[in-house]
Amino acid sequence: MGIVSPGFRRRRRDDDVQLPPGQYLTEDFPVLSAGPTPNIPLDRWEFVIASETGQEYRWTWDELQELPAEEPTVDIHCVTKWSKLGTSWRGVSLDLLMEDVETTADYALAHSYGGYTTNLPLEDLLDGKAWIVYEYEGSELAPQHGGPARLLVPHLYFWKSAKWVRGLQLQEFDELGFWESVGYHDYGDPWREQRYAGD
Amino acid sequence: MTQEYQDGNALAGPLAELFAVDVTAATGRCVSCGDTRRVADLRVYGHALGWVARCPSCEHVMLRLVRAPDAAWIDLQGTLSLRVPLPPA
Repeated sequence: MGIVSPGFRRRRRDDDVQLPPGQYLTEDFPVLSAGPTPNIPLDRWEFVIASETGQEYRWTWDELQELPAEEPTVDIHCVTKWSKLGTSWRGVSLDLLMEDVETTADYALAHSYGGYTTNLPLEDLLDGKAWIVYEYEGSELAPQHGGPARLLVPHLYFWKSAKWVRGLQLQEFDELGFWESVGYHDYGDPWREQRYAGD
Repeated sequence: MTQEYQDGNALAGPLAELFAVDVTAATGRCVSCGDTRRVADLRVYGHALGWVARCPSCEHVMLRLVRAPDAAWIDLQGTLSLRVPLPPA
């Protein structure tokens, strides 16, 4: 037997990868929910971007599926301190959905089926940084992880990646979302450890 | 499968840190449907970034509690009123 086994694979350990401060690596995919998992029939699902002037841009489930998809592989970081590396998704870039939207808004409030909201600067949803995803690791996105579709904004803490997303309200002012209005950080950059208001 | 929510007794520990009385014994009125429920009977989603207590009748959020290392935030805008039982004055 040779010194180097051809089957050898170097396993990635916690100390091999750089994680945001205060995070630990997990192989699981923990489920965090602030309410019951909504049941959304696909024939009634829609995604709506509403501009600050009230103009609405709508996509049905079938229309979303017909758009060119991307397959981002990204690291995700939850504010409860777990990080999961190399997660793969399939969905539509927000750049594509925003292509024909006329707006001068600086902020977006994402709304979900079930009533959840989260706020983001609009620029954080553009330039290849955000998607509406409907597949995870090659399978349809499970309801407990936000299926049929969720927002994916991996450069911010994962509470910004709203599960069961149903739309974006574009606005000129920053309106705090569900967790941001009870102490969580307005922006939520994991690399600057922006967990709570004032961090 | 893990139960999605617990009953309101799950709030007894975190609320005891903030209030001198046992709030889980109080009765809250839901701002959405008007039902009155003991806090201990609310549906508490604790597998999250904080505790989210919902009305068992209409699932409206009645109470939210977030505990940071050096502060806590509590939101009761979903609770119209809270009746706290007290010993006779």
